[in-house]
Amino acid sequence: MAQTAAATTPAVDADAANSAMWTSVGYYVLLFVLAAIIVGIVGKILRVYDLTLQIQGKKSINWNRVMGILFAIFLVVGFYGAYWEFTNQATMHLPEAASVHGVKLDDMFMVTFGITVIVFFLTQFLLFGFAFKYKGSDKRKAYFYPHNNTIEKLWTVIPAIVLTVLVITGFFTWTKITNSADVAGDAKAMNIDITGHQFAWEIRYPGPDGVLGKKDYKKVTGINKLGVDFSDKYAMDDLSADTIVLPVNRPVRLNIIAQDVIHSVYMPHFRVQINAVPGLPTYFKFTPTITTNAMKAETDNPKFEYLLYCNKICGGGHYNMQKIVRVVTDSEYQTWLTQQKPYLSDPLKKELKMVVDTTPKQVAPAPDKKLALNY
Amino acid sequence: MSTIAVHDHEVAHHGHDDHEHHHHDTFITKYIFSQDHKMIAKQFLITGITMAVIAMILSILFRIQLAYPDKSFPLLETLLGRFAPGGHLSPDFYLSLVTIHGTIMVFFVLTAGLSGTFSNLLIPLQLGARDMASPFLNMLSYWFFFMASVIMLSSFFVQKGPASGGWTIYPPLSALPKAMPGSGEGMTLWLISMVLFVASSLMGGINYVSTVLNMRTKGMDLWKMPLTIWAFFLTAVLGVLAFPVLVAGVVLLIFDRSFGTSFYLSEIVLNGQVMPYEGGSPILFQHLFWFLGHPEVYIVIMPALGISSEVIATNSRKPIFGYHAMVYSLIGIAVLSFIVWGHHMFVTGMNPFLGGVFMITTLIIAVPSAVKTFNYLATLWRGNIRFTPAMLFAIGLVSFFISGGLTGIFLGNAALDINLHDTYFVVAHFHLVMGSAAIFGMLSGVYHWFPKMFGRLMDEKLGYLHFWLTFIGAYLVFFPMHFMGLDGVPRRYYAFTEFESMKRWLSVNMFITWAAIMSALAQVAFLYNFITSIFWGKKTTQNPWNSNTLEWTAPVEHLHGNWPGEIPTVYRWPYDYSKPGHDEDFIPQTVPFSQTMSSNLPHDFEDNEAGLEAHNKWHLANKPKEEVK
Repeated sequence: MAQTAAATTPAVDADAANSAMWTSVGYYVLLFVLAAIIVGIVGKILRVYDLTLQIQGKKSINWNRVMGILFAIFLVVGFYGAYWEFTNQATMHLPEAASVHGVKLDDMFMVTFGITVIVFFLTQFLLFGFAFKYKGSDKRKAYFYPHNNTIEKLWTVIPAIVLTVLVITGFFTWTKITNSADVAGDAKAMNIDITGHQFAWEIRYPGPDGVLGKKDYKKVTGINKLGVDFSDKYAMDDLSADTIVLPVNRPVRLNIIAQDVIHSVYMPHFRVQINAVPGLPTYFKFTPTITTNAMKAETDNPKFEYLLYCNKICGGGHYNMQKIVRVVTDSEYQTWLTQQKPYLSDPLKKELKMVVDTTPKQVAPAPDKKLALNY
Repeated sequence: MSTIAVHDHEVAHHGHDDHEHHHHDTFITKYIFSQDHKMIAKQFLITGITMAVIAMILSILFRIQLAYPDKSFPLLETLLGRFAPGGHLSPDFYLSLVTIHGTIMVFFVLTAGLSGTFSNLLIPLQLGARDMASPFLNMLSYWFFFMASVIMLSSFFVQKGPASGGWTIYPPLSALPKAMPGSGEGMTLWLISMVLFVASSLMGGINYVSTVLNMRTKGMDLWKMPLTIWAFFLTAVLGVLAFPVLVAGVVLLIFDRSFGTSFYLSEIVLNGQVMPYEGGSPILFQHLFWFLGHPEVYIVIMPALGISSEVIATNSRKPIFGYHAMVYSLIGIAVLSFIVWGHHMFVTGMNPFLGGVFMITTLIIAVPSAVKTFNYLATLWRGNIRFTPAMLFAIGLVSFFISGGLTGIFLGNAALDINLHDTYFVVAHFHLVMGSAAIFGMLSGVYHWFPKMFGRLMDEKLGYLHFWLTFIGAYLVFFPMHFMGLDGVPRRYYAFTEFESMKRWLSVNMFITWAAIMSALAQVAFLYNFITSIFWGKKTTQNPWNSNTLEWTAPVEHLHGNWPGEIPTVYRWPYDYSKPGHDEDFIPQTVPFSQTMSSNLPHDFEDNEAGLEAHNKWHLANKPKEEVK
């Protein structure tokens, strides 16, 4: 008896949940049917009204007029809506750029925004304004005006000039940003290695020698996750980290690669994005200018953190593939650096020792073609 | 040229007579394996609408997930089973929904549904041809499209679900079945479907090009073609040149997936396991994909622009402003569309110098687009605008084209793209400029040419309701997305719950979802209107919109061969609306200048000495009379 009771209860629960679900579905369907009926009734009323007007010998509803007026209303309400969005939601955009090139990008963005927003309001005003003003009437005839070469040339040339200006500034900014090599005279950029895989980022810092050791994907094991090639002497002192910590105002060059599928290193606060591609190393060089603490104060948000997240669809966990980025002062950075563990951990040493002992010839240095080519 | 054309028509005419004598249409030859372009157009339209409704429902499903990431909807589990365990969409199925929504909308609705319907319907009818150059190929084109649709949808019924790597299916994600569930059989079906789709599209395209070039009626020189035909023609050329490249890309992907090649794969370690692929490049696929993909967005928008040109001119009762500029800007867009594909790849690791080059070409393409917009505005200026539902949708198209086009200036700028790439800003941009604008073009065409297709009129009031709800809804959905993008919110995220900084967008997401649901429900007004009007709509007259183009000289009742007796001859361009001196506000293309002496202009006789002389003579003789008036 007890057993059957226990067995039926979940079934009853499921039934109850099921019927509750169908009730609410039915409720929404009913609402929609009701709305459809109201629309139908309004339609009929309009029709009856129209017919009575006709019977009385009056003019029937002038739909051209109605639509023209609706366009005028849409214009006004739409402009207000756009204005509201610009003033309210625009405040929800990213805080000020926290990198040197980001400031330039934001300036360029504002110039482009200024131009486009003027064109936006002007053309939409003309579009709906004309729709309202020139709504059809039996009394008028449209103005036969097939072309005017002067005005057409004008509105070909003006956009062309404006776009040329935008293109030229854009081109030079772009060239400057994407040049990831160290320019002579500038401070030398520090290198950080970022590797993406489903669904996490691995971070590697160079050791005291300041140079990242080479990698070879064929050397990847459970412990040597990145496949660091320890036949390269620079690899010996590399550090592994679980957050990205950057000293403020010092150029940093991210060396990016993915192991499985394409990911994308996206750090919107620094206006940084570049894809992480398997088999193709990519780079992004930038200089952070605002420390995390300063940004906390500025955004009035004690929990503020800079983030790196994936911005190229990479599988089911794509929506949660983040890494905290912390910008600190130089002294804080140096302290943090001393606390980082070497990539060549003890278990890894053990693993490698075995390999080195049995097959010493195989680890002979083989220059990495890809990396060399892209320098 | 003209003698050949006349000869062709004679032949076609005889063929048509034979037809009437001993051809019995069965249900199968009339409705299923029909070779009549008008029936094929209807088949494309109805299949396209069906696919659009399916893709729209998919979008509502993932919108619900974005608005209520923490809420359980038992109904979803009932409907979707293992794809929504516990009433939550699974992250993988969410990505499938996004992928298939995009694929269906871009290819099956806005390419096949739009070009397939209106190119098939209008090319022969507006050019004065009995049918397409190859009716059999045309039929085949539809059935390949149909098969592609069925295969694409069938992927919902495989164990691991449909393809889910985004509609751009970038490898290695799409190439490694173990990378995500959707990259298994679902991806295989996607690839097979797309190969069939491209075959369909090529058969259609070749047909359109050859029909436009060879089968125009007497007098229909290229500069007398309506802008619809120019748009369909250039679209077909783009399709014929670009789609094969996608097949090439897809075939290599099939090799990588099934035969162990490494075209797109290199140095891969999946789940800690070193894979044997070496020497390929994922970027290669992106080049091949976008070499189609970018012309593709113009394949989507150009027919819509063509339709709106025709609808706006007809309903403003004015000639389209700057006809030649409109044609040249279409040609400009068509040519440039082949050298801008790299703007989708600024941040993929492509050589930055290439990015700079693509930025320049991309912003050049904005010029012809701007010219088109201004010409639309000038056409409306001092018009006598008749707000048919078709006209409302055409105006809506122009509005979307402006709003979405302007944000393209941001994204086409490689430097600004760094921070906007793959965010909601992009989603907002292309949904306005090619999504909403193109679907509005398509709806405009449906309302405008419904009488031509079905011999009946659609209900105008329901059309008005449909327009306003959809128009407002689309803006409410896509306008706020720009600001999410500016805040660095990435697209294709299953939920924003994992990021403290994105949680503030949850209320906006709910708003967008409800706006999307409203717009989706508004389509019920359209579907109801469309279906009931096919059977019970008001019977149409031959030329319900007082339009100039040739299709309105064909009888309402469809017949195989379009015109009984001889095909009409064309004497003038299609935009003689409200010509001063004429008693009506339209002069069909079939009316010779000799019948409209009072309204002729010297400009009408540019290459016609005798005509100009006659015009001047008449003008002199009648001048005093006009002055008295």
